Amino acid sequence: MSGAGILIAGAGHAGGAAAAALRQFGYKGPITLIGEEPILPYQRPPLSKAWLKGEATAESLALRPARFYAQQSIETRLSTTIAAIDRATHQVRLADGTAIHYEKLILALGARPRRLPLPGFELQGVLELRTAADADRLKAAIGPGTRVAIIGGGYIGLEAAASARALGADAFVLEREPRLLARVASEPLSAFFHTAHTAHGVQIHLATQVTGLAGQGKVQAVQLADGTELPCDAALVGVGAIPNDEIAAACGLECSHGVVVDEQSRTTDPDIFAIGDLTNRPLPLYNRRIRLESVPNALEQARQAAAAITGRPAPSPEVPWFWSDQYDIKLQIAGLPFDVATLVIRGNPQAGTFAVFHLDAQSRVQCVESVNTPAEFMAGRQLIQKRKPVDATALADLNTNMKDLAA
Amino acid sequence: MPKITYIEHDGTAHTIDAEEGLSVMEGAVNNGVPGIDADCGGACACATCHVYVDAAWEHLTGEKNESEAAMISFANGVEPNSRLSCQIKVTPELDGLVVRMPAGQH
Repeated sequence: MSGAGILIAGAGHAGGAAAAALRQFGYKGPITLIGEEPILPYQRPPLSKAWLKGEATAESLALRPARFYAQQSIETRLSTTIAAIDRATHQVRLADGTAIHYEKLILALGARPRRLPLPGFELQGVLELRTAADADRLKAAIGPGTRVAIIGGGYIGLEAAASARALGADAFVLEREPRLLARVASEPLSAFFHTAHTAHGVQIHLATQVTGLAGQGKVQAVQLADGTELPCDAALVGVGAIPNDEIAAACGLECSHGVVVDEQSRTTDPDIFAIGDLTNRPLPLYNRRIRLESVPNALEQARQAAAAITGRPAPSPEVPWFWSDQYDIKLQIAGLPFDVATLVIRGNPQAGTFAVFHLDAQSRVQCVESVNTPAEFMAGRQLIQKRKPVDATALADLNTNMKDLAA
Repeated sequence: MPKITYIEHDGTAHTIDAEEGLSVMEGAVNNGVPGIDADCGGACACATCHVYVDAAWEHLTGEKNESEAAMISFANGVEPNSRLSCQIKVTPELDGLVVRMPAGQH
């Protein structure tokens, strides 16, 4: 048995950031970072973009270079899976039977791609995108002239479609809902991305039910509910993610669509924290709880847990935010569209520079979706934080300076 | 490798050897220099790698592009010499560069 000090279970963006934040906040005891993947923590967002297109290297993907962990005395145990947590004895049991003791445990186990229980999804060439290994498989499957079916019109699917087109592959998107990004974007933004992808040669099939995949050993076609078969050489499934909260639930931590945590990322056990995609967290700005899947969320919670463990004052709550790059489109979103009464569009969607502001009944900004307009994103983020009503007419008027509105 | 000195808001200085070709932000993150958060990893999407470039170096660190200028104008404590350190590439000419950090990035 080894360990004690702080054990971080999960070496993704959240786990890696927590280790670094603990040292930055002055924690001097042992830190052990355990990860299932064979590589040190890395940035996942480029996997569907720069990495697929061959514009990133393993080095540029790494959150920190290998020497950082040695210099900071952070022990890393890769290719290692956690099997169970024994809260009474403060031990984590690994899949190989080894036990590791902890004083404090940070769970950063992430989420996994949702799988569809449909025939043919076990065929070769059916891919998902979460890890670097997934991205390598996808990269190997797409190239000039190949035909990629993308099941699910969310961000992962659309980013992969853009990269596939950049690599000369044909891509078609199959979406169950009547519009792209249905759960995560406003209608004007969905419409904008629909137009952009169509213009880049992506075929989009909306309100389309996939019933199965067909092929001899390898996927060769997607089958639809209306009987159509669409031929393909590979299929990427991007239909959401499920939190890896089974181990937490098994040891009695409260879970509800993710591990339930407080504003300090503490679970219902005071010695166990949980961060990142895994958690169901409070959002004080919106007076709600939610599970968020984003890098900024992972980093915010890593800082919360590290601050709580080192006795630092809790960092002030951040406005959730997200970003996506597709073709030459830079999308930045701040906030979440809760309690929205009005949408205000500022700018020109046809010209590819605009922002959609979501206002509540008191005319306060709840969310902004900004397309190639970083000033609107930054101003929107500040307005969300301030909870100050805005004049919708002034907001829509490009002659109104965003700095003045946010001041 | 060019040396870069990062000075925290409280005056603590960190001098590191920065790899050419990487950004001034990556130099800090890779070497555990506190005070530069770089939440987006260098996508120029978050403005959490804000630094002030010392006057002697401003002419060597290049011009802000439109996106960086828009982002940084909303950062806390913005000054004419404010930059997003993910947008400054480390070059041999920057050996000795000194950048200062704001009170916070969030």
